[in-house]
Amino acid sequence: MAKRIDLKDVDIYYGAFHAVQSVNLTVAPRSVTAFIGPSGCGKSTVLRTLNRMHEEIPGARVDGQILLDGENIYDRSADAVAVRRTIGMVFQMPNPFPTMSIRDNVVAGLRLQGVKDKKKLDEVAEASLRGANLWNEVKDRLDKPGGGISGGQQQRLCIARAIAVQPDVLLMDEPCSALDPISTLAIEDLIADLKKEYTIVIVTHNMQQAARVSDQTGFFNLEATGKPGHLVEIDDTEKIFSNPTEQATEDYISGRFG
Amino acid sequence: MSTALEAPDQPASSPPFQPISTARRLKNTSATVLVALAFLIACVPLVWILVEVVIRGAGAIFSADWWGRSQSGVNPEEYAGGVYHAIYGTIIQALLCGVIAVPIGILAAIYLVEYGRGRLAKTTSFMVDILSGVPSIVAALFIFALFVSILGAEQSAFMVSLALVLLMLPVVIRNTEEMLRLVPDRLRESAYALGIPKWKTILRIVLPTALSGTVTGVMLAFARVIGETAPVLVLVGYARAINYDPFEGNMASLPLLMFSEFSNPEPAGQFRIWGAALTLILIVMIFQLGASVISRFSAIQK
Amino acid sequence: MWASSRRGESVFRGLTTGSGVLVVASIALIGLFLLIQAIPSLLANQANFFTSTEFSTGDPDNLRFGILDLLVVTLKTSILALVIAMPIALGVALFLTQYAPKRVARPFAYVIDLLAAVPSIVYGLWGILVLAPVILPVNQWLVDNLGWFPLFSQGNLPVGVRGTIFTGGVILAVMILPIITAVAREVFAQTPRFHIEAAKALGATRWEVITMAVLPYGRSGYIAGSMLGLGRALGETIAILLVISASTGMQTLSLFDGGYTFASLIASAASEFSQPLPTGAYISAGLVLFVLTFVVNALARVVAGGKVNG
Ligand SMILES: Nc1ncnc2c1ncn2[C@@H]1O[C@H](COP(=O)(O)OP(=O)(O)OP(=O)(O)O)[C@@H](O)[C@H]1O
Ligand SMILES: [Mg+2]
Repeated sequence: MAKRIDLKDVDIYYGAFHAVQSVNLTVAPRSVTAFIGPSGCGKSTVLRTLNRMHEEIPGARVDGQILLDGENIYDRSADAVAVRRTIGMVFQMPNPFPTMSIRDNVVAGLRLQGVKDKKKLDEVAEASLRGANLWNEVKDRLDKPGGGISGGQQQRLCIARAIAVQPDVLLMDEPCSALDPISTLAIEDLIADLKKEYTIVIVTHNMQQAARVSDQTGFFNLEATGKPGHLVEIDDTEKIFSNPTEQATEDYISGRFG
Repeated sequence: MSTALEAPDQPASSPPFQPISTARRLKNTSATVLVALAFLIACVPLVWILVEVVIRGAGAIFSADWWGRSQSGVNPEEYAGGVYHAIYGTIIQALLCGVIAVPIGILAAIYLVEYGRGRLAKTTSFMVDILSGVPSIVAALFIFALFVSILGAEQSAFMVSLALVLLMLPVVIRNTEEMLRLVPDRLRESAYALGIPKWKTILRIVLPTALSGTVTGVMLAFARVIGETAPVLVLVGYARAINYDPFEGNMASLPLLMFSEFSNPEPAGQFRIWGAALTLILIVMIFQLGASVISRFSAIQK
Repeated sequence: MWASSRRGESVFRGLTTGSGVLVVASIALIGLFLLIQAIPSLLANQANFFTSTEFSTGDPDNLRFGILDLLVVTLKTSILALVIAMPIALGVALFLTQYAPKRVARPFAYVIDLLAAVPSIVYGLWGILVLAPVILPVNQWLVDNLGWFPLFSQGNLPVGVRGTIFTGGVILAVMILPIITAVAREVFAQTPRFHIEAAKALGATRWEVITMAVLPYGRSGYIAGSMLGLGRALGETIAILLVISASTGMQTLSLFDGGYTFASLIASAASEFSQPLPTGAYISAGLVLFVLTFVVNALARVVAGGKVNG
């Protein structure tokens, strides 16, 4: 189940553009790690290298090591598809598959991996929707299109879809930025639940959210546009928000950021 | 257009808005007239053709045997028989063509959108444009040169289908390509993030999302090839009776029937020509209308 | 740990790439096989292929064929079609994108697209049986009054024959109109908003907005669309075959000549493709047509510079 992640000297490029410079960090199993930092500093980029989504962009490249319980996910013998099965991801915009019903959305991953047993699929669908705190709201319309529910529900549907394939790690890139405050709270509660079983990494622009949901917070920054982003510091969330080591972090979280 | 309002308590010398000079206004108005005129002129031939074909062809298509009989045993001067054999030929030739061209076209479009990078993709895209400009007579000559002259095949309806494949492919490819590009990347990404391999993502998520647009494109491609005449002139002979076998023998089609009746000096020939023209237009319109109906059921919110 | 079977992926990738390669190959094969079939006849040709106006293939031992007349007729019809269709298509595209209210622009555009759906043989039929008799008096008037001008001099057809190059050009113009319009419409609609708004903010009239913003932006697309139309006109077969009468006389500059284009000549002989050498003569004409349309379409793509698809 939940696994530990280590990044060792990770450098990330888009073609010739050096986007992120030498990141070193560790994420403990069954914990929530938040990435914060100004726009364009490379938070999403780092997150997307964690499940090899980065390489879908033409010319994109990663140096260094990313280890999942000690195994390098960029190893020659590692298959990107298999890696992503282990490390799931939830995106900023809720994006249910428009041609599928709610139920089919949830089990899309399993079904396309070849699971045919209808009973099993139904069980997984229910368990995942319950896991995503959505079951009660949609149990009567599982056969309706996935796009026909509210934005907040859609986002929880996407979380249900991600956990239905039983990954070890869940990555979330600003999962609440398109949602209203009530839906945001629902998702934050869900993250607290999911933490019991998964290793979670979340990118957020909302400092209170980082403080509320995460155990550990990493602050990314960049010196100037065109320069690579880097990890300024990463530490217990409590420490980052009360007494950070670096001046830049202090400036950023207290809003004194130029 | 701004016009100066009459405001009694304002000095006449400085109106609230500067009026446009007469010369500019004149130019603008005449441009508007010309542009609208161009549109009207463009509508004239369409309306004229449709009216003419309907008036001259209606008698034929409402005649008793039109849809159910062939021209077998009908003399040139007789107002008798039907175009059943030609409709069959037109449809079967288009279907055989579609069976080959649609899968290849969709696969090639997938290549261009999802996999193609670098020189080969650029060349392919360029060649699709070239292929869409290849005249139908050249496509027919090519099939003739390759299959009939060199490989020694007999002329047959299937040869026509092969020539039509060349004409249909670029239409299918371009339409499918456009639809695939409309599928948002975030759908692909969320499938990848579930650990679904790329090929399954394309087949099960991307294509179904683009389905209605793709089907529309295929229908339009059918509409394009169904009236092609040059290939049937070169690649198959006309038969007055029904021939069900597309791989052997002569076979009629609506364009070929029209062409061969052209050399018939009797008024009955004219009767059949216009009837066949109306029938052909009706078939094309069915595909056109079908295409625009299906395009409404799009899964992509624009 | 993350190894997995990649068979499905590579099979599917292979299939799609193969289909792409097939498209490229088909163009190469068209050129290649037409050439293979043309060479023996070109070698047996007793006349100069490029400068001769003859096309006699009746006696395989004495083939005499050249493409000069075909080229002249093809260019006369196509250029006439372009001259007629280009301004009208420009007007229609502007009307649909800049003038017509959004509500009606779509159905109107659909009407123009329907023009492209009419099969060419129906155009040919209508052209010779309906349009040509209507155009004949115009022909006659032009010959009588402007006959001193070479384009309008009495052609090589007997007086009263309807199937002139002029009529053929008019038909072609109708046929390529929707092609040019579709491309021009697409690029005009893409004119960046801020260009249009900048012009409007200067107090420009609608026409001035068009000349300041829309036309400069869309010009290359309009030209590219016109070249696509030209490509279509060069290769149009059956409409021309039905409309333009054969003529034994010399080609002049006149638009009231008769004759054959590349495509209509090949189609007219199609039923007699039995002996290899005569057939090869027609195939060499087809090869020239292929090269011609290839060049025109390639130029269209270059001119469009990626703004246009199709
Ligand atoms: N597909 C791409 N191609 C090229 N450069 C990219 C691409 N995506 C991001 N970048 C660049 O990489 C850098 C980091 O971008 P990234 O999206 O990771 O920032 P971020 O921290 O997530 O910002 P935000 O908070 O706005 O989401 C930026 O300079 C960005 O311009
Ligand atoms: Mg981001």
